Amino acid sequence: MNKTEDNRAWLLILPVFLVVAFSAVIPLMTVVNYSVQDIFGPGERLFVGSEWFEEVLGDSRLHDALLRQLLFSGLVLIIEIPLGVLIALAMPRRGWTISLVLVLLALPLLVPWNVIGTMWIIFTRPDIGLLGLAINGLGVDFDHTASPLDAWITVMLMEVWHWTPLVVLLAYAGLRAIPDAYYQAARIDGATAWAVFRYIQLPKMRGVLTIAVLLRFMDSFMIYAEPFVLTGGGPGNATTFPSIYLVKVALGQFDLGPAAALSLIYFLIVLLFSWLFYQALQNVAAGDKR
Amino acid sequence: MARIALSNLAHSYRAKPRSEADYAVQRMDHVWEDGGAYALLGPSGCGKTTLLNIVSGLLRPSRGRVLFDDRDVTDLSPRERNIAQVFQFPVIYDTMTVYDNLAFPLRNRGVDEADVRARVHEIAETLDLVPDLRRRARGLGADAKQKISLGRGLVRSDVAAILFDEPLTVIDPQVKFQLRRKLKQIHERFRITLVYVTHDQNEALTFADQVVVMYEGRVVQLGTPQQLFEDPEHSFVGYFIGSPGMNFLPCALDGEAAIVEGFRVPLAAGLAARARAGGGTLMLGIRPEFLKLAPESTRGGVPVAVAAVEDLGNYKMVTVRLGARELRAKLAEDQHVPAERAIAVFPPARTKLYADDRRVA
Amino acid sequence: MRIRKSSIGLIAYLALLLLPIYWMLNMSLRTNADILDVFALYPTDPTFDNYIMIFTDPSWYSGYINSFIYVSINTVISLVTALPAAYAFSRYRFIGDKHMFFWLLTNRMAPPAVFALPFFQLYSTFGLIDTHIAVAIAHTLFNVPLAVWILEGFMSGVPREIDETAYIDGYSFPRFFLRVFLPLIRSGIGVTAFFCFMFSWVELLLARTLTTTVAKPIAATMTRTVSASGLDWGLLAAAGILTIVPGALVIYFVRNYLAKGFALGRV
Repeated sequence: MNKTEDNRAWLLILPVFLVVAFSAVIPLMTVVNYSVQDIFGPGERLFVGSEWFEEVLGDSRLHDALLRQLLFSGLVLIIEIPLGVLIALAMPRRGWTISLVLVLLALPLLVPWNVIGTMWIIFTRPDIGLLGLAINGLGVDFDHTASPLDAWITVMLMEVWHWTPLVVLLAYAGLRAIPDAYYQAARIDGATAWAVFRYIQLPKMRGVLTIAVLLRFMDSFMIYAEPFVLTGGGPGNATTFPSIYLVKVALGQFDLGPAAALSLIYFLIVLLFSWLFYQALQNVAAGDKR
Repeated sequence: MARIALSNLAHSYRAKPRSEADYAVQRMDHVWEDGGAYALLGPSGCGKTTLLNIVSGLLRPSRGRVLFDDRDVTDLSPRERNIAQVFQFPVIYDTMTVYDNLAFPLRNRGVDEADVRARVHEIAETLDLVPDLRRRARGLGADAKQKISLGRGLVRSDVAAILFDEPLTVIDPQVKFQLRRKLKQIHERFRITLVYVTHDQNEALTFADQVVVMYEGRVVQLGTPQQLFEDPEHSFVGYFIGSPGMNFLPCALDGEAAIVEGFRVPLAAGLAARARAGGGTLMLGIRPEFLKLAPESTRGGVPVAVAAVEDLGNYKMVTVRLGARELRAKLAEDQHVPAERAIAVFPPARTKLYADDRRVA
Repeated sequence: MRIRKSSIGLIAYLALLLLPIYWMLNMSLRTNADILDVFALYPTDPTFDNYIMIFTDPSWYSGYINSFIYVSINTVISLVTALPAAYAFSRYRFIGDKHMFFWLLTNRMAPPAVFALPFFQLYSTFGLIDTHIAVAIAHTLFNVPLAVWILEGFMSGVPREIDETAYIDGYSFPRFFLRVFLPLIRSGIGVTAFFCFMFSWVELLLARTLTTTVAKPIAATMTRTVSASGLDWGLLAAAGILTIVPGALVIYFVRNYLAKGFALGRV
């Protein structure tokens, strides 16, 4: 797209900037403030500089949680993005079935996250849950409270169930935005269904897929309620992701200083990885423009 | 190259059409000759895009048949009919180079790479696209993209017809004229049947050998621009073609003449008799180019009041009033126009009669 | 309707998607004792007690109403501010544009836990605690960036030639934007509206922090289901089911926007 250079465009951005900055800047500054102090009580503070940061960064349990997170987010992307696109391609484009499918897809997204965790506790129990019973009935010994692998599988299953519809909806909206004329031209040119996907649908979905990938990556990185409610971070530390670890530390210590430092580090980690991802996606897009 | 015939064709977008109004294309029989350049002209909603899509195979008509060289193609896909279509906005494969775009239809048919190369180069030359062949198609301007769309149609040597759906809509005005000229060149060189849909009469009249005028789902006239101008078959053609369009006055008949606002207007021999025989609501039509104005003192003719005179360079546009009606006359720039009252003269040869909007022959 | 392989896949996927939802429905119609006691594919002794509890207890149903109010306000604010901004990002280059664009997204990366307290302090300074507008504005922190990102993506899919043709045809900018441009990105608007609604609807922490009684949302009320005798499974399940309904309505209402996409009218 040839963009016009015009700084007056800032006027169009201004409402967004003000609205977001209001909630973003001051709380952020407050947290930064806490993170460099040792707070004993109201009014009793001691500036400690980077002491909390060093303590937190050196914590090996944080490192472990981070590795687990990278694995988790990676798996999330590998499963959810292709699956989401496939489902979007299979969805109807005309008729009453659209409404039905859209509503059904939206349902997992609308359940509050703590409720999801709670439901899946019962759902996966081998004695009274549908899934648990089914799997154990097939002869597989499945217990997410005992086996780390089973815990991971359950958390992944829950996550994919919960969030794939987001990818589907985005991909579907992107597909619907492709004008009919492209499909018509492809019919006239004698293109196969695969060629239509490769040369028309996929390129035109690029914008939407970038958002989906970035969004799922970021959100999965920050996942908290669902795994916490389901496994509490266990068994042991098996499903303790950075956000769960952060809350344990903050609540456990009930010390604003280290908690704030940890939050900031966490935020910076998410920021760093997202930025790297974003740059990578931009490069892919730029490569195609050449 | 194909001769396209539409037999007993009609189309409705509704599953169960009940009245005429439900039909986008009214029942018609129509022929487009092989190698002709046709414009399909009409206002928005008249059914021309529907008709185009029926011819190309993108739309299956609810009634009737489509024939290419007497072969029934109604059930065939666009690819099987060997049709090419250029759309309102440029449709290209963004991720491919210009070369690959042009080669795409050929490769889909399994054509030899060597032949593909030869053909793509030939078409690229005709369209002045050779320097861009290795570039990615998405980086080019709208006019180049439309040329690529056109090229994908031309690249198949046995293409039956190329159909255009208002292809110059998003093109810069300065470039439009170049593209139109290119299209004419292509037509002269390859002699392919071309059908060009537009709502712009200038485009239609300059591009086509013959113009098909559509109105409310019907083909109301097929003819050369000259014929459409001089002999409009339908009042809509009279109104739509020409700027300004034809003057229309309701009239009655008296002997060999028409009566307009109480005044006699002589008609061509026998016209009144034929009009009487046919019946229907009558209207008199004459183009501003043919309406003459004479000084008030002239004998005969119809007295009118001069309302406005616009000097438009090499001609004058005069608006006159006859009773409650207004007429426009296009006069030469040096012709004198009476100040207040004048006599309007209707040359019988140019005065047409319309019964229920159809010209009385 | 032709039965294609993809349709079968879709139906299978939707069926799997529905299983946990069905399970939740199942649980909502049973008592806690029943749920924890025995496995049952469908409630053998269905009870509506859980639902009755929700509908009659004012703190429950006012929770729904409160949530609905601030979520709606938020969706409107998010869409209205995001549309011009997305257009600017899509069509213009200006100082700091790339940084600004990414900065917006970074606002979704902050872990809410520790930020809750500063949030509380900030909003109480403005006297906004326990108001719907407070939560609506607070939620714009993560919804507006999302809206801008999604809308920008869709807007960039509309070729610039359309803008230019409209100007040549004499459209003023507002008229062009409302009558030509927005209809072309309908599916983007539909999906954005739904996501804004959804993310705001399920957001727990900020909504709970910034409200006390008057504007307390449904999410906060649901945490009351933990009592001395353990978790109130049935009640939670019923609440979960009822929470789905407003969102389902929203997506039903935007379905035409979502599904109709690019409609190139005659400019």
